[in-house]
Amino acid sequence: MKTVSPAEAIAIIPDGATLMIGGFMGVGTPERLIDELVRQDKRNLTVIANDTALPGRGIGKLVDAGLVSRTIASHIGLNPETQKQMIAGKMTVDLIPQGTLIERIRAGGYGLGGVLTPTGVGTIVEEGKQKVQVNGKTYLVETALHAQFALIEAFLADYLGNLSYVLTARNFNPVIAMAAETTIVAAEHIVPVGLIAPDHVVTPAPLVDYLVTNG
Amino acid sequence: MSAMDAQTIIAKRIALELRSGMLVNLGIGIPTMVANFVPRDVKVFFQSENGLIGTGPIPEQGMGHRLLTDAGGRPVTALPGACTFDSAISFGLIRGGHVDITVLGALQVDAHGLLANWMIPGKMVPGMGGAMDLVTGAKRVIIAMQHTAKGKPKIVNKCTLPLTSERPVDLVVSELAVIGFPDGRATLLETGPGVTVEQVTAATEAKLAIADTVSEMRL
Repeated sequence: MKTVSPAEAIAIIPDGATLMIGGFMGVGTPERLIDELVRQDKRNLTVIANDTALPGRGIGKLVDAGLVSRTIASHIGLNPETQKQMIAGKMTVDLIPQGTLIERIRAGGYGLGGVLTPTGVGTIVEEGKQKVQVNGKTYLVETALHAQFALIEAFLADYLGNLSYVLTARNFNPVIAMAAETTIVAAEHIVPVGLIAPDHVVTPAPLVDYLVTNG
Repeated sequence: MSAMDAQTIIAKRIALELRSGMLVNLGIGIPTMVANFVPRDVKVFFQSENGLIGTGPIPEQGMGHRLLTDAGGRPVTALPGACTFDSAISFGLIRGGHVDITVLGALQVDAHGLLANWMIPGKMVPGMGGAMDLVTGAKRVIIAMQHTAKGKPKIVNKCTLPLTSERPVDLVVSELAVIGFPDGRATLLETGPGVTVEQVTAATEAKLAIADTVSEMRL
């Protein structure tokens, strides 16, 4: 694990990168990393996240700046700008049931090829997907998702990179922390090793590649 | 009957389906109002799918936390005994059959209880969020909706909008009626306050079976 400034962390990310970004309607999204992506004008990004928040907030800032060419999410209904860009053909949007999205990411991080889920069977979600029968029940084969970078917001990070989260800011963060080649973390508080008790560590330090310093 | 009255009737009637100890997930809109009418002696766990069991009412002024919200991003409180978890656990609870009741809105419900509630092609494409997992996995699916939309029936012969799941819903509660699906067929079980069976069937496109005894909603 290396500690870097937000500018150094984001400088690693090339245009056209695939990013998994934590957060649910902006809660638990690393705003400082988002702001730095906008400042460094990283373009043609693919974003994998639960939603695109609202204009001016979280992932919504990337959408506002026109930096996202493809979004893979479960819900964009609260961000009219995302819908506008989708309808105008400026952004491709793949809409995925939320439970399927998080399981596809989990599968990616856990070394699985995908998951079998009943969600979407008999709906337009099943189009183009393989169906299998297990013990008489029909499931869709939903393949694993991976990313080049995961951008994480934690509440506590210790000096080694062990992470813990609070309240409803956990959401996608610990799951995407396992599914990307490079994991970049911003934390509300950076604390001495030991302050997060072993039983309270949610994301183990070896998963973290870069911890962004608090300026 | 004003729109506000209709919503209150629906929310109050659905609240009577709750039993102590149940894990309950409420959708946005009328479903959220169900929490306001839980009988005093009934203690349920409300889940917010963004990762919370034990969701409480909106916080008093100055007592909220920016990292404690419901699935719509609105500030909430957490009740004693609440717990938080990641989205994989949250949807494991939902898809895995651990949620006892989910209450959701609807665009259409058909004669067999199939539900369309997530998109209008060409008009409204917000994404399905958690709706498909909830309808597929919850033990009991209750629909909270006004009986008609702009005068048009929402309980139809066959959904023309994209389905949410192949699993039918269990109960539909509107301001006019409570409708169940015994043997897979829409059946009128109760009428709304002061509403006749004829008024319900006139406002419903699907042909309704009529239960042997149709009572008025007890609220």
